[in-house]
Amino acid sequence: MALTTTDVARLAALARIALSPDEAAKLAPQLDVILDAVAQVTEVAGDDVPPMSHALPLTNVFRADEVRPSLPAEAVLAAAPAVEDDRFRVPRILGEEQ
Amino acid sequence: MTELLHSTAADLAGLIASGLASSREVTQAHLDRIDAVDRSVRAFLHVDGERALAAADAVDAKRAAGEPLGPLAGVPLAIKDIFCLTGAPTTAGSRILEGWHPPYNATVTQRVLDADLVVLGKTNLDEFAMGSSTENSGYFTTHNPWNLDRIPGGSGGGSAAALAAFEAPLALGTDTGGSIRQPASVTGTVGVKPTYGCTSRYGVIAMASSLDQPGPCGRTVLDTALLHQVIAGWDPMDSTSVDAPVPDVVGAARVADVRGLRLGVVKELSGEGYAPGVEQRFREALDALADQGAEIVEVSCPNFRYALGAYYLIMPSEVSSNLARFDAMRYGLRVGDDGAHSAEEVMALTRDAGFGAEVKRRIIIGTYALSSGYYDAYYGSAQKARTLIARDFENAFENVDVLVSPSTPTTAFRIGERADDPLAMYAADLCTIPSNMAGNAAGSFPCGLAPEDDLPVGFQVMAPVLADDRVYRVGAALERALADRWGGLLTDRLWAREAAAVGGAR
Amino acid sequence: MSLMPYDEVLDAYEPALGLEVHVELNTASKMFCGCSTEFGAEPNTHTCPVCLGLPGSLPVLNGKAVESVIRIGLALNCSIAKWCRFARKNYFYPDMPKNFQTSQYDEPICFDGFLDVEVDGVTYRVDIERVHMEEDAGKLTHVGGATGRIQGADYSLLDYNRAGVPLMEIVTKPVLGTGAAAPRVARAYMTQLRELLRALGVSDVRMEQGSLRCDANVSLAPRGSDVLGTRTETKNVNSLRSVERALTYEMQRQGAVLASGDRVLQETRHWHEDAGTTSPGRSKEQAEDYRYFPEPDLVPIAPSREWVEELRATLPEPPEQRRRRLVTEWGFTELELRDVLGTGSLDLIAETVAAGAAPAAARKWWSGELARRANAAGVELDDVGITPGQVVELQGLIDAGTINDKLARQVIDGVLAGEGSPAAVVEARGLAVVSDDGALAEAVDAAIAANPDVADRIRDGKVQAAGALIGQVMKAMKGQADAARVRELILERLT
Repeated sequence: MALTTTDVARLAALARIALSPDEAAKLAPQLDVILDAVAQVTEVAGDDVPPMSHALPLTNVFRADEVRPSLPAEAVLAAAPAVEDDRFRVPRILGEEQ
Repeated sequence: MTELLHSTAADLAGLIASGLASSREVTQAHLDRIDAVDRSVRAFLHVDGERALAAADAVDAKRAAGEPLGPLAGVPLAIKDIFCLTGAPTTAGSRILEGWHPPYNATVTQRVLDADLVVLGKTNLDEFAMGSSTENSGYFTTHNPWNLDRIPGGSGGGSAAALAAFEAPLALGTDTGGSIRQPASVTGTVGVKPTYGCTSRYGVIAMASSLDQPGPCGRTVLDTALLHQVIAGWDPMDSTSVDAPVPDVVGAARVADVRGLRLGVVKELSGEGYAPGVEQRFREALDALADQGAEIVEVSCPNFRYALGAYYLIMPSEVSSNLARFDAMRYGLRVGDDGAHSAEEVMALTRDAGFGAEVKRRIIIGTYALSSGYYDAYYGSAQKARTLIARDFENAFENVDVLVSPSTPTTAFRIGERADDPLAMYAADLCTIPSNMAGNAAGSFPCGLAPEDDLPVGFQVMAPVLADDRVYRVGAALERALADRWGGLLTDRLWAREAAAVGGAR
Repeated sequence: MSLMPYDEVLDAYEPALGLEVHVELNTASKMFCGCSTEFGAEPNTHTCPVCLGLPGSLPVLNGKAVESVIRIGLALNCSIAKWCRFARKNYFYPDMPKNFQTSQYDEPICFDGFLDVEVDGVTYRVDIERVHMEEDAGKLTHVGGATGRIQGADYSLLDYNRAGVPLMEIVTKPVLGTGAAAPRVARAYMTQLRELLRALGVSDVRMEQGSLRCDANVSLAPRGSDVLGTRTETKNVNSLRSVERALTYEMQRQGAVLASGDRVLQETRHWHEDAGTTSPGRSKEQAEDYRYFPEPDLVPIAPSREWVEELRATLPEPPEQRRRRLVTEWGFTELELRDVLGTGSLDLIAETVAAGAAPAAARKWWSGELARRANAAGVELDDVGITPGQVVELQGLIDAGTINDKLARQVIDGVLAGEGSPAAVVEARGLAVVSDDGALAEAVDAAIAANPDVADRIRDGKVQAAGALIGQVMKAMKGQADAARVRELILERLT
């Protein structure tokens, strides 16, 4: 399965990375090589093999519904690139409310 | 002072507890050593001498007051810069987090602080732990103390190099596909990946959540076990943490007895691609263990050949999601916020500028592997391959107590040698990845220098889930057998070589 | 936008409804961390490494949230999954600290249930497809631009206090066969769902605060067709009334689109409360690729049979049964029950009765006067501005003869205007009935003197003519008189 430069550009957009056309062109063949190398995995297991998502079969790990101290607001905002009125200030958002 | 540098952590703790040396002296000796050698090794991203000495003084004061001290109290420690530590920058080796000071401590960080270890600083790593050489660090490449032209392994190359360069007696690492064991292997040091869930991931910047596991690094098996004991154990802040007693790893390291133990040599982890010197030292180590009374058998794990491929689907998929949070909105780098660019554009510009090539490569592969229509073929199949690999382990452990293999197929390669060949770079993790996939415990132990390049070779021990003590038992027996043969540890040769060079220069 | 008359829509098409309801659970702490869920705190003061998605942080699931969702599932007659997981829904948006939402995807914890709702005495079964858990996002404030809306804003500000608050989503299967009643079935579903959630005690169910949110889907298919039409999903529907209005509007809009030969676009639409219209939003035909995968930081949930049965034992009486029991206890007629259900006043009547009022009085106020006022003001009955306790007090003043029914309406004006309790309003506005016969007698004498012809007719035995005089007296007394007593005084004098 060959990935084109256009595919890479689309994936980069989905991953919010502003790849330059040069970068995309360089990445496409590299990704192909990697995908070829992993291709054998896609034929390894049939329907009778259950997928394994966790190393240990733990279930039902819950926390009690208790309020614990939050961070102080100044610690929350200390690392923010921009702050206004104790809120994180971010550039204008395209599109609409989700 | 040099004796303090050359000492084991266990011995240093003894000296400090008995008052024969103060923690300040021990700490100062290591800070001086860092000053002297880190210009060429470049193991540390950040050193905080003042903080370290203040912590050392606190331990000394505790001792003076007659308060009880833990088994590693006052001993210096280097922390891979992927563990959150308040009051210090935490970057994960990435420019996107340059200057970020976390407002909280990782659970493992908190445990070493509570155990009165003295934090020297944060060590270098491949960006977000993605790599096998530290060449992917957003800051600089770390050099292998055995040969400065060689890589120190990765991603935890900084921690391993700091140990081999005697800049620290103990270090913390994380292991997603071999990032503790492969650097240990190529630097002649010890590194253990505990059973998944036995050390908390809380506060450790995530690479691939279902594979990441923090672990201890040292120059001796006992030191590593002592640090393991400090950091391991259930953590209510990590849902995947196991609520079970920590196996007696320190006891196992002290016993160092393999009589009657069955060691399974994994047939598939040898042959083509394995350096002759690596195979030679590995075979000699097997002989040494057989001499100690271990029974050696060959075992086949046919599905291990899918491990690398499955890993390079699961890991980038989780990476693509875990690293989505680095978006310039709440912390870290922000690029292009000039009033003209939208939030969406600022995110994309920042991520392009802040992430290195390997990180972008993996994010894009992961984005592809998870995209609709491909999930079942890629992520889904890889999860099934995981099941098959875990079954190989289970079957093998019905007949043997541990599995063994070289830790990595070759010794340390040259800096730059594999930089443009991702697949060659990924092959460095061929032997270590199966244990990440199955979640079982595994460690790497020095077993000599390869004759062809005089560089360290690592011996990997893989034990069943929650049987971490067996890793130490075998590692300690190997260490003892080889020390008897060599008259010391492998790193002692590095120490002696340097002393000779310094003496010669005089 | 042209609309088709509602009756014509129903002549030609059959509507299919779908409702996606988000419910904020009222746990004390958030879904995956110990931060408080309290509404209205200072910005970013209820946040921690976990709900801010800081590097290295990990989620731990709130057990109470899981219990709440299982209880809701059971109350909605759902099956409870024996084993299920969370998934990550990956998309970038600044209000989501991790740029993925921890949600459930193909393994919801509750599935295949139903809720029976009643409209005008007809019962409709709304099938529930799934009930699943997820987390809320932070709150955006848009700065600059004309409207404070996202379009045209210069920049935005983020408060993450709401990020990570436990949310539950209840999704119905397509609801068919409701015909002209469709919008009212939707409203009744929301009303009765809210009643159920309140009885379970799992949510504050305040639509105006966003703790209960509804996305209303509707599609039209030509009558007799068994293929569903293209649906639209209307968001921002923030009251029970709006559910009915928005769906009515969408049906009329879609009817006009279809009648003109166009096709309905599958899209998200926004409801505008003031204008009573919807406008197009994101087109669903270029659906975002969410790259779902199982959340590796959380372990699976496997509710044991024992646990589920324990939770089942905590369920309140089923709503249908409760309704029947209450109206029997209260002695309401079928017609009165319909009024009660139609106005969504059952819970309020129950609370008012519990606080000491007679059922008939409670019903009279809530499904009568107060429902009319809520409707006129365009607010929910819950939010009309008077509490069950105040209604009890109001009725008490009537029963004691301090005010009459007519004055009571003025008292309600005062309470709704924020002038205090009914007693305080009576006091402040001087609304008490005049019981001093002296003043009343003067007014009666004046009325007789001013209307000699009427007085003569009464003297001639035409007692019913007294009504005219009573009216005059009441007017003179500004309504603050007991009409029965006025009548007595008039007849005393003239017969």
